[in-house]
Order: sequence, then structure tokens, then C-alpha cells
Amino acid sequence: MLSSQRFRFDGESTDSETTMYPAPFRYHRAGSADEAISLLAELGDGARPLAGGQTLLVWMKLRFDEPTDLVDIARIPNLSSIEHDDHQVRIGALATHGRIAASPLARLIPIVHDCANGIADRQVRSRGTIGGSLAAGDPSCDWPALLHTLDAEVLCQGPDGERTIGIGDFVEDLYATALQEGELVTGIRFALPPARSAGAYVGFKRCAPAYPTASAGVQLTLAEDADTCADVRIALGSAGLTPIHATAAEAELRGQALNETTIERAAEAAVAASDPVDDQRGSPAFKRAMLRVLVRRAVGIAIRRCNGESVEHSHEYY
Amino acid sequence: MNTIEIIEKVSVEVTINGQRQRRDVEPRMLLVQFIRDELRLTGTHIGCDTTYCGACTVLLNGEPVKSCTVLAAQADQCEILTVEGLEQDGKLHPLQEAFAEHHGLQCGYCTPGMLMSSVALLADNPSPGRKEIRKGIAGNLCRCTGYHNIFKAVEAAAEEMREGADHGHQI
Ligand SMILES: Cc1cc2nc3c(=O)[nH]c(=O)nc-3n(C[C@H](O)[C@H](O)[C@H](O)COP(=O)(O)OP(=O)(O)OC[C@H]3O[C@@H](n4cnc5c(N)ncnc54)[C@H](O)[C@@H]3O)c2cc1C
Ligand code: FES
Ligand code: FES
Repeated sequence: MLSSQRFRFDGESTDSETTMYPAPFRYHRAGSADEAISLLAELGDGARPLAGGQTLLVWMKLRFDEPTDLVDIARIPNLSSIEHDDHQVRIGALATHGRIAASPLARLIPIVHDCANGIADRQVRSRGTIGGSLAAGDPSCDWPALLHTLDAEVLCQGPDGERTIGIGDFVEDLYATALQEGELVTGIRFALPPARSAGAYVGFKRCAPAYPTASAGVQLTLAEDADTCADVRIALGSAGLTPIHATAAEAELRGQALNETTIERAAEAAVAASDPVDDQRGSPAFKRAMLRVLVRRAVGIAIRRCNGESVEHSHEYY
Repeated sequence: MNTIEIIEKVSVEVTINGQRQRRDVEPRMLLVQFIRDELRLTGTHIGCDTTYCGACTVLLNGEPVKSCTVLAAQADQCEILTVEGLEQDGKLHPLQEAFAEHHGLQCGYCTPGMLMSSVALLADNPSPGRKEIRKGIAGNLCRCTGYHNIFKAVEAAAEEMREGADHGHQI
């Protein structure tokens, strides 16, 4: 649990230099995951891995975080592949949002494209990584919500070796994950969606370089008759202190005919499961109203995609 | 404040606008400061503290990045293209010509970043539609133009670059 040291507002900066600079730290570049893990263990709790820096460097510039050491993991080979076989998808932790959005996998599984291509703007997508998005433990980040929708597993490697953590156990609290000190996310994996299954991830944000005000992911499997929901997963982002797996909403659809009434019930159950915070992106009431629309919309797109229609979609903003 | 006393400098070597440059800098130096203060290329601007505005956009190994949110140390051994590198043999880049022609700038503060994002967009997609242009430069804020003339400029430059493949510009 690394949350306690994340936000330290202890004392003012005494620097007379440009405030844009982060506080001083030492920089190390790791050539392998093993090297990064032993460096992090050696350097102790002031050290952080640095991937794309699109969360960490922003925090450091604002002096929300003042690490003593950064271990740059971005050049570690073999941690950025995006691959799948007939059963399973695997994405390396260092794969950037931009590379994932442009990958053949994103064409094969449109919900992955919805998410990757909707994150921030072209510049942030060039640098930010899927592993960093998970490790940040930020409920506004899109990957944790998307990976809940796909029931993914997080692959980790630390001083005690490798382990696999279900996404539901990985995110523990606001800015807190199951990662132990010195432990890295090395990748994620999820089952390749079966035939007659498709999903959609929709988010709303004020502009491109902003986190979503709210988002919803739906992965739907149709029964043989094409009107009944055989199975479904629904997750919400920016809807509470962690991503929310809306099981009650799923129960409204599973085994039911998909129509206005059942979809509306599911949207209402999802809203009931949410607990959005009041912030500059909107009031809880506004976000709940938004979530209801987003869930309905995601179910609608998922149904169309299940039926073989190609639907281009991404986060909406003004 | 953390209590680190001695910080060793790191060596950063880049190829910027075709030229090899090396400096020893503090690990916390941002790429934008490396470019502006160390290399004295002040065309790249700083508009915010929060990775929001895109004024600092440069191409790092061909990809647009906000250079205020990259450490100089992370760019070691990389290729960088800044707005100064767009002009070739005394000839402005077609995007620069089009921004001037179509009033794609007023105060000009956002312009270097807008140009670099547009270069990246046209490299990915030589004939973007309006929507694709909007999305391609959505990470760059402009407080003056209202964007319409920027869209027009990017469209005009795209056309120019498609037609005049022989204009000699390598970028
Ligand atoms: C302007 C702006 C807008 C944004 N908008 C969105 C958005 O709409 N949606 C969205 O999802 N995100 C958004 N982001 C965040 C972006 O997606 C980040 O890239 C992502 O959250 C973090 O990934 P990173 O590789 O940059 O991680 P870093 O910033 O390098 O690291 C983040 C944290 O995770 C740790 N870490 C990184 N990698 C690992 C690893 N492999 N193992 C263990 N720990 C690790 C670091 O120590 C740090 O604590 C935005 C960012 C910016 C600057
Ligand atoms: S200076 Fe505003 S994004 Fe870099
Ligand atoms: S021209 Fe002034 S900010 Fe864009």
C-alpha cells in the first residue's frame, strides 16, 4: 500500500528557481525488470518507478509528490508488446495509449480502441502507459474501468517474484493499489471475448486534455436468439473513489430480453451503485445524470457491435 | 521538501533539428527547459504548469509530446524536432506558410505547439477531415483565433503537401 506517501504538502518549497521544476531527485535508468525491482528495493520508500510520466511528473511539478529517486522503466525491453492468441489478450505495462489505439488488437476489439483513443490528447497518448494508468490508482483513469469491464488480471513482479492479481483486488482505494513496495506491473491479460460478445466504453469529458467527468464500460454477450442478454459486465469510471463494478446493473440484464425497460433499469442500478465526488468536473447529481446516459449509450453501442455493425466511438467532449 | 543534498548531474545527448547536442543537467530538468535554456531554442513555449495547453509540443522520435512533462533525461539519445527545425533551406514549411496565409495565428503564443501537432497529424494522416483535425490538435489550446482559421490552415497545408510532393520539405 503506497498511498500514504503520495500526497505530501509538508512545508513550502524553498526553491527560488522556476516553480515548474519538480523538487530534486536522483535519476536511474533500469535495463530490465529485475534491475528496476532491485533498485527500488535498495532505494527504499522515497523511490518511484517512472513510466510515461504523464501522471507522476504532473504531480511532481505541482509538488504533490517529492520522490528522492526515480527509476526510469520506460526503456525496459519486452514490456510493451500487444498480443493475443485464440483465447487470451496480453498487453505489456509499457505499451502507450497511442500504440494500443493504433494496434491491430484495437481494431479486433473495438472497446479497447474506445478507451485507448479517448484518453487525453495525442501528446499524452504518445507517452502515457497502461501500466502507469493502473499503478496510479486514480479513479479518473480510464484503463482501470475498462479492465474491470473486461474482467482482466494484472501481472506483477516484485522482490518476492511474480503474481497475478484480479482487477477487482488490484485497485484498493483512492490512489492505493495492491502493489507492494518495489513491485512493478508488468502487464495485463484478459480472455478474448467469445463470439456474439462485444463491448463499448464511453466517457464524457470537458475537453481532450481533461480526465472524464464520468465513464461507463459495457461488455455484452448475446444469447442465440440475439435478443436476450446471455452475459454482461458493467463498470463505471470517475464514479467514486475506485472504479465501480456495477453488479446490480448486470443482474438487471443477465438472462433478460434487451429492451428500453431492461436497459433503463440497468442504467438506474448502475447510478445507484455510483458514489461520485463533488469536484470541478461537476456535482454528484450532474455526474449521476451523466452516468445514466452513458450506461444506456454503452449498452446500445455494444448491442449494435454484437450484431456485427461497425460503430466508431470515443470519449465525447465539446 | 525531501532532503537530498548531492544530486549528480545526468548526461543528456540528443539530436535536435538534425544537430547533435550534449549537456550535463540536473535530473529534474524538464525537456522544455533543456530546449529553451540549455540549447537556447526559444521557439518552444511554456503556457501552463499542468500539461494542459500544448504550447510546449515538440516531436520526440517523431511523436508529439508535451515537453514540459518529459524529463530531459528521458530524452537522452532521442531525436527531437522543434519549430525551429521546420524551415528548410530558408523556406518555410507548408504548414507555416498556410498559418500565415489563413490567419491561423494572432498573438502567436500557441503557434509553435500548434504547428508541431499539425506536423504529427499530417504525418499520420495526409488528408484529415475537419473532425480528424479537431481531434489531432485537441491537446493544443489557443486563446485568440477560435480555431477556425487554424483548421483552414491545416486543410490548406495538407492539400499543398499532397499536391506539391516535390516542394522539397523532408518533414
Ligand atoms: C493532460 C492530461 C490528461 C489526461 N487525461 C486522461 C484521461 O482522459 N484518461 C486517463 O485514463 N488518463 C488520463 N491522463 C493520465 C494518463 O493516462 C497517464 O498516462 C497515466 O495515468 C499514467 O501512465 P504513465 O505511464 O504516464 O505513468 P507515470 O506517470 O510514469 O506513473 C504513474 C504512477 O504509477 C507508477 N508506475 C508507473 N508505471 C508503473 C509500473 N509498470 N509498475 C508499477 N508502478 C508504476 C509510478 O511510480 C507513479 O506512481 C491524463 C494525463 C494528462 C497529463
Ligand atoms: S506548457 Fe502547457 S502543456 Fe506544456
Ligand atoms: S494565437 Fe494567441 S493563443 Fe493562439
